[in-house]
Amino acid sequence: MITPKDESELATAVAEAQGPLRISGGDSRGLTGTGAQLSVAGLSGVSLYEPGALTMVAAAGTPVAEITAMLETERQQLAFEPADLRGLLGRGGAPTIGGAFATNSSGPRRVQAGAARDFLLGVRFVDGRGEILKNGGRVMKNVTGYDLVKLMAGAHGTLGVMSEVSFKVLPRAEFTGTLVWNDLDWAESLSVFQGAMNSPFDVTGAARLPGANGTSKTLVRLEGFETSVLYRLGQLQSRMPATPVDKLVTDAGESDALWKAVRDVAPFHDKAGAVWRSSVKPSDMLRVVDQVSGEHLLDWAGGLIWSMVDPAVDLRAALASVGGHSTLVRPGAGQDDVPRFEPQPAPLAALAAGLRAQFDPRGILNPGLMG
Amino acid sequence: MEMPQPDQQVIAKKASLIAALHEVLPQDAVISDPMETRAYECDALTAYRCPPMLAVLPSSTEEVSDVLRICHAQGVPVVPRGAGTSLAGGALPTADCVILGVARMNDVLETDYDNRIIRVQTGRTNLSVTGAVEDEGFFYAPDPSSQLACAIAGNIAMNSGGAHCLKYGVTTNNLLGVTMVMMDGRVVEIGGAHLDSGGLDLLGVICGSEGQLGVVTEATLRILHKPEGARPVLIGFDSNEVAGACVSDIIKSGILPVAIEFMDRPCIRACEAFAKAGYPDCEALLIVEVEGSAAEIDDQLSRIIAIAKAHNPVELREARDADQAGRIWLGRKSAFGAMGQINDYMCLDGTIPVSTLPEVLRRIGDLSKEYGLEVANVFHAGDGNMHPLILFNANQEGQLETCEALGAEILKLCVEVGGCLTGEHGVGIEKRDLMLHQYSAQDLEAQLRVKDVFDPKWLLNPAKVFPLSVTAARRQPF
Ligand SMILES: Cc1cc2nc3c(=O)[nH]c(=O)nc-3n(C[C@H](O)[C@H](O)[C@H](O)COP(=O)(O)OP(=O)(O)OC[C@H]3O[C@@H](n4cnc5c(N)ncnc54)[C@H](O)[C@@H]3O)c2cc1C
Repeated sequence: MITPKDESELATAVAEAQGPLRISGGDSRGLTGTGAQLSVAGLSGVSLYEPGALTMVAAAGTPVAEITAMLETERQQLAFEPADLRGLLGRGGAPTIGGAFATNSSGPRRVQAGAARDFLLGVRFVDGRGEILKNGGRVMKNVTGYDLVKLMAGAHGTLGVMSEVSFKVLPRAEFTGTLVWNDLDWAESLSVFQGAMNSPFDVTGAARLPGANGTSKTLVRLEGFETSVLYRLGQLQSRMPATPVDKLVTDAGESDALWKAVRDVAPFHDKAGAVWRSSVKPSDMLRVVDQVSGEHLLDWAGGLIWSMVDPAVDLRAALASVGGHSTLVRPGAGQDDVPRFEPQPAPLAALAAGLRAQFDPRGILNPGLMG
Repeated sequence: MEMPQPDQQVIAKKASLIAALHEVLPQDAVISDPMETRAYECDALTAYRCPPMLAVLPSSTEEVSDVLRICHAQGVPVVPRGAGTSLAGGALPTADCVILGVARMNDVLETDYDNRIIRVQTGRTNLSVTGAVEDEGFFYAPDPSSQLACAIAGNIAMNSGGAHCLKYGVTTNNLLGVTMVMMDGRVVEIGGAHLDSGGLDLLGVICGSEGQLGVVTEATLRILHKPEGARPVLIGFDSNEVAGACVSDIIKSGILPVAIEFMDRPCIRACEAFAKAGYPDCEALLIVEVEGSAAEIDDQLSRIIAIAKAHNPVELREARDADQAGRIWLGRKSAFGAMGQINDYMCLDGTIPVSTLPEVLRRIGDLSKEYGLEVANVFHAGDGNMHPLILFNANQEGQLETCEALGAEILKLCVEVGGCLTGEHGVGIEKRDLMLHQYSAQDLEAQLRVKDVFDPKWLLNPAKVFPLSVTAARRQPF
């Protein structure tokens, strides 16, 4: 394993690489493909934190836990709720901030606050030539030149190895309230999501957790100051007379546990089966659960569907007419050859290949991972 | 501002180009009369003008594709244009180019409230997107002050923001999908009604690419339900430092205002003289707006007022109703008009880390004295996006040049303290030559390589964003 200690060592490692590199942060997601492992875990530490400007700059290998703990001292947070998939994937390691952005990992608050890519303000990275490059900065509004920051977010290391990220943080809400409905059918869950999202009440989560024996919990989250949250919880309920709420959770710990379970896909931990993550138009969720047999966890008001299915099921084929895209997050037996990422239409695949050829002309950065 | 010499070989093709365009466009969509092409000679950066060789006004994605295929085959540069309100010269033509205007493409293609999206042709104006959904209680969040006139096309190209983006984000955070025509005429669909588009984030790099990667013809935008209400509070301070500290404290407190606007004394005085909004004559004014129900607004405003009081404000005025709210916003909203009344002005757009606000304002004051031109500051304080307005007299020999030199110094200052050259207006031609202050040659090269992929012949808006010296080799006629 190659373990550079700083950015210039990282650049040298990439420049001198003789073959493919498998890039890792905390290695909590596992690697696919062949080649030497290049870990950025050695590039660690927060170099700037300005709570009054809501910004932080950290080395890419800094553990998310370290960042969260530091933010906690100022009652702030990573509002995009990056997932911790160790439980789902049965892995160890410590998720890093670089990994969270490289995978554009966005949890329940995606519907209101945005995705990881929306919080990433600037990057320093090493491209496939071994050159150190930067884009963006540490300010919240920046349209100076092309936004390569967005391109790096979600590129899974295939365009460059991030060495440093600067990002926006947000205050942590004083109070959280979660409405819980038990065992709704799918259409009822969708109408709860729509009722919640199409309201003025600033919903910060709309999800559905599967439980044992076909049970489920449909969840809607509100955050803010206590009186305001209580007011909005009341308003929301009165707007949904047809689906009375089963439980109102106002205990911080209990709410937190529910939303962590959504974020980290807890119901599928320690269970066999392939796990797919599909991003679809929210109302298409009904078609997905209809066309794919298996267990489903919903997030993003129905727009994000985690499906645990028999590895023999070709989920992409089943959803061919639905639109959106699916990622194979946890392959089951015999799925080694199934592409992790949805193959793209030819014109987009050509653009992506063109960008890869520019940023990684030797094709050594996680080759084949994204197509 | 230098522009490349027009390519005479391209200009020589004018007649054959017109003939080819007439085969794919209606008669009135091809504009070649020099009297009429003058309508496209500039955008809102009016100091620079040059009529294009031709202008075309297609009505559909297919027509845009036909136009680009023809121009691509003949090696003719194309400058896309929305409403022409760019303050950076993004839509400035060259004498050998075709202006491709999307103004005729302004239909709403789909509204889907269940999924909270609207799909529009990109010639549609920003405000009329909200207009199409407000009866159902929805709005499109990014709200540039030019929203009555500017088009979604330009908003996407410039990644435009507005006063309310502190809470709702800028264009890129509210854009879900595009239909885009590449320079060779190929049509690509990126993203859609789902929240995250698959593969590399091409949408992210297209937004803000200033018309250099493709012509965006349709867009899927996220719409949001309107809040129950909104009201501002006006807070005056006798020092910029204290006002800056107050902004920081508000942000840290956990309240997320939709807008925090900041005006300094020169700006307050000019606005007051123009709009008579009853602003106090003080060093710094903040307008902080929050949203929610009446009770929620009261609660948030009282928290903000408590924070402000700890900083000994010279004025505190809470809006109790829509009328009072209107009066508080009146002065701020007329800032540009007020400046225009007094003088010619140049509007800058740098962003700085919020913590450096007092230092930057002080140094802008010093620079203003040094160059002998007055500068008024109005800006989105919550996110550090400054709009210093330099007042000058265009009719006085040399003042435009002095003004530009001062502007460049101010933007370099923004970069020096950890900020950037442009927060929401874009680089265009205006800040092109300053790019090497923010980025190394290699950093810029990485951006040029992106254009190489989308537009290998460098025909789309080629003379913008990057210093001409940096792009010269790529722009050579093929
Ligand atoms: C009074 C005033 C106030 C303003 N306030 C704000 C503000 O608050 N916030 C803010 O962000 N901006 C503001 N602006 C700047 C300007 O309005 C924005 O940049 C706006 O988005 C430009 O839109 P447009 O349609 O006029 O674009 P244009 O000026 O026509 O073009 C702008 C750029 O977009 C490209 N382009 C146009 N159409 C397309 C297309 N179809 N495909 C690809 N590229 C295309 C052009 O080539 C050019 O580079 C203001 C301008 C004025 C005059």
